[in-house]
Amino acid sequence: MERIPILRMGRFLIVSIQVDMHDRLALTLQADLAARITETGAHGVLLDISSLEVVDSFIGRMISNVAATSRVLDAETVVVGIQPAVAITLVELGLSLPGVRTALNVEKGMAMLRQATVHLDHAADLDSDTLSESPDGSAAM
Amino acid sequence: MAVLRCETMPVRSQQDVVAVRQRVRSLAVAQGLSLVDQTKIVTAASELARNTLDHGGGGTARLEAVSDNGRAGLRLTFEDRGPGIADIALAMTDGYTTGHGLGLGLGGAKRLSNDFDLWSRTGEGTRVTITRWK
Repeated sequence: MERIPILRMGRFLIVSIQVDMHDRLALTLQADLAARITETGAHGVLLDISSLEVVDSFIGRMISNVAATSRVLDAETVVVGIQPAVAITLVELGLSLPGVRTALNVEKGMAMLRQATVHLDHAADLDSDTLSESPDGSAAM
Repeated sequence: MAVLRCETMPVRSQQDVVAVRQRVRSLAVAQGLSLVDQTKIVTAASELARNTLDHGGGGTARLEAVSDNGRAGLRLTFEDRGPGIADIALAMTDGYTTGHGLGLGLGGAKRLSNDFDLWSRTGEGTRVTITRWK
């Protein structure tokens, strides 16, 4: 069965849609992403749609659903690379993707995800500090 | 208005919807539409083709390269023999849906086109024609 690949990079999942998706493929991606977030405990999803020349209401809904589902599963979604003509068309169509974070490109999107999950770094640092500073080598509390 | 070229495609599966999108794109390019106008008519075509498939039970798409007083355009007609639309005004309302979309299909397709014409009769079918001019 045809599928859009989902790559894992650290605590993030990365998806780059490179094909003109039919509706079922979009629904499969939505389900696959939710499963991968749960399975990996990922805290962020980067959705690159720079290759998409058309985002109609169905794909738009898929994007909104991915963002909403990820949020419920404790992961942030950033959609990157929306082409200018696609952005203009989306708005005229009546879709402004409310509640979906966007960034111009993959680099900015990754920075946004790191920023959104920076508290997780602090939490990890605190844990390791506690361990290393414990005088007898045992974890405090 | 002169029709320079006319072709008909089936709209019977989700793959057909993708094929219609791609064919509309190449005709829009050939007619010299700007990138934004190409994207608008391809998106409108996608909405209408999905309606033909999901609500009309399948049908056809007629793609016509047209010219009016030297102005180039692309006219698309989506036709099905499905149940028809009982309340056209309601169907045109944003947010109203009987299917799986966002209910932006008809209203959205109208906004994305220069000309829009909808014919529907309960029990007979639906025909939507849109045109985007250069």
